[in-house]
Amino acid sequence: MINYFKLAYRNLGRHRRRSLLSGLALAMGTALLMFLAAFFQGEMRSAMESTLRLNSGHIQVRDADYDPDKLSVAWDYLIEDPEQVSAQIEALDQVDVATPRLFASGIITAQNDSVGVQIMGIDPASRANDPYRHLVSGEFLMADDREGILIGYPLAQNLALNVGDQINLLVNTSDGTVDEQLFTVRGIYTTGTTAYDKGIVFLPLKKAQAFSGAGNRASMIFVLLKDREQAEFVAEAIPSQNFKVETWRELNSLLVLVNDFSNAYLTVINLIVLGITVTVIVNTMLMSVFERTREIGILSAIGMKGRQIIAMFLAEASLLALGGVTVGSLAGWALSAYFGKVGIYFGDLGLSADMLLEDRIYTYLTLESAINLIVTAFVFTLIASLYPARMASRMEPVEALHSAQ
Amino acid sequence: MEVAKLTDVTRIYKIGEVETRALNGVSLTIESGEFTSLVGPSGSGKTTLLQLIGCLDQPTSGKVIIAGKETTGLSRNQRADLRKGTIGFVFQFFALIPTLTAYENIEMPLLLNGKTAAQRKQRVMDLLSAVGMTDRANNRPDQLSGGQQQRVAVARALATDPKLILADEPTANLDTENGEQVMEIMKKLNKETGTTFVFATHDPRVIKYASRVVTLHDGLIEKDSKVNGK
Ligand SMILES: Nc1ncnc2c1ncn2[C@@H]1O[C@H](COP(=O)(O)OP(=O)(O)OP(=O)(O)O)[C@@H](O)[C@H]1O
Ligand SMILES: [Mg+2]
Repeated sequence: MINYFKLAYRNLGRHRRRSLLSGLALAMGTALLMFLAAFFQGEMRSAMESTLRLNSGHIQVRDADYDPDKLSVAWDYLIEDPEQVSAQIEALDQVDVATPRLFASGIITAQNDSVGVQIMGIDPASRANDPYRHLVSGEFLMADDREGILIGYPLAQNLALNVGDQINLLVNTSDGTVDEQLFTVRGIYTTGTTAYDKGIVFLPLKKAQAFSGAGNRASMIFVLLKDREQAEFVAEAIPSQNFKVETWRELNSLLVLVNDFSNAYLTVINLIVLGITVTVIVNTMLMSVFERTREIGILSAIGMKGRQIIAMFLAEASLLALGGVTVGSLAGWALSAYFGKVGIYFGDLGLSADMLLEDRIYTYLTLESAINLIVTAFVFTLIASLYPARMASRMEPVEALHSAQ
Repeated sequence: MEVAKLTDVTRIYKIGEVETRALNGVSLTIESGEFTSLVGPSGSGKTTLLQLIGCLDQPTSGKVIIAGKETTGLSRNQRADLRKGTIGFVFQFFALIPTLTAYENIEMPLLLNGKTAAQRKQRVMDLLSAVGMTDRANNRPDQLSGGQQQRVAVARALATDPKLILADEPTANLDTENGEQVMEIMKKLNKETGTTFVFATHDPRVIKYASRVVTLHDGLIEKDSKVNGK
């Protein structure tokens, strides 16, 4: 057997700088793509986690008539005796926690500024509300607090509010009128997601029910599972005569769409970057085919066949690819690991509550996508090198021998 | 026995509209064991003829039979296969592979012929010693003189024990001493192993070794004579 790799290694060594440069092009392409993949995945993971954790949960149970876009507290739209319903759901094996929530729309007025907000009545004791428990200052709500309110950090900034300050809160009530009351800011929370924090304020469930005239009712039961892949199964198990039961997949169709879209987008970028990179390599190989025309003629004259000549050039390409892709994926992995720890700050991207993003995006590289990329870059390089390799294999030995003389 | 038989061979090169009749109906038979020189003025068709005998090229018309095998219509790969075991080449410009050592250059045709490691080693060592290059086995071509390179090229041409060795001006880039040395080696091999040699040459030092001299002129054989070479 001819050791094509030995030949390839020596041939690459003839133009060390040129080989290094084209290896480097491949390395940079691979590193860039790996980082991009990690970035997109980090973004999607963050969006998915924030959205599920803060907004949609894994399962939501609502009244069959409820319209989530209206934030109405009309009794027709609400679940009666929500504590009992949520206790029943929580009793299911796969359920981690279930808690009632009441939503109402309102307007906060402090000094001369007014801001529209979404009022969320929560059970302060439930673990499902842990994401709101991260406070910039002050304290979390108590279940029996009748005058306290929890507001987000960006809203506090916006209205120049501190813990202990009073605000006027106006609410749309269940009978279609409004009510208002003074509340004291007990605490200022942050979830790290400005889009969320700037628009949502918390009251204890009991207070929210009384204030909005909802009585012993809630807008939904918010459910978190031990494993979110069980959502469809659990949804089936929840009695649904009067309820509408939706899983996170149904609740986040936009997010799922964005996820698919960003994957498609990434594929296009991959093709473009790999296309450019591979062009550099093909160019280098074409150069070396032309330079070695005579040598190819000699090899052919002493009986080397077309496919052996192809193998010789493919061996060169695969050594280049091996070096370039290895260095590139190490660099890409290192970058992803670094920004996976440190994060990249974007601030409030102003996205809607359908797709919440933390202000800082942490890159996240899955083994699967890393391997995918490595294999693709490698295969791409080899396929592209077939062109110069075949060109070499088709040279007529006579012409090849003539060319250098 | 006939090693090569050409019948009414014509080779026309076409560059754009211009046609060159490099060979114009040549018939020639090379017998086993011959040591033949092709001579003639520049442009008379020597190289062209050699390339046709060596299956590096195909005639515009006429028949080329190598080792009893008709070669017209063979594919590129079939021709490569035929060359591999039957024909060895020595070129004017030494034509070694620059990245390979002397040893590896000689080994290459053996690799292409699928010889085992042990067979290859034995054969390469024998050939290196036959051309007096044993101590230079691990040198790359650029570390060898022209004469040394040509001796390696001769060894490579001989590696697979081909029936026929074709050499195009093998001494043209060598000084007298090296040229003589290379010719001596080839003549010796011709005598000892009966390998057939065909040279294209202008060099009287080569011609004096020949057992037959074929003179070409304008693509035609002008004269074909047996002589008593050294
Ligand atoms: N590849 C080619 N394309 C076009 N014309 C060619 C080609 N090769 C040879 N010729 C022409 O064919 C003729 C014969 O050339 P050839 O090389 O066989 O001569 P030669 O006898 O070997 O000459 P020299 O002694 O100079 O090597 C010449 O007129 C040459 O110009
Ligand atoms: Mg010539």
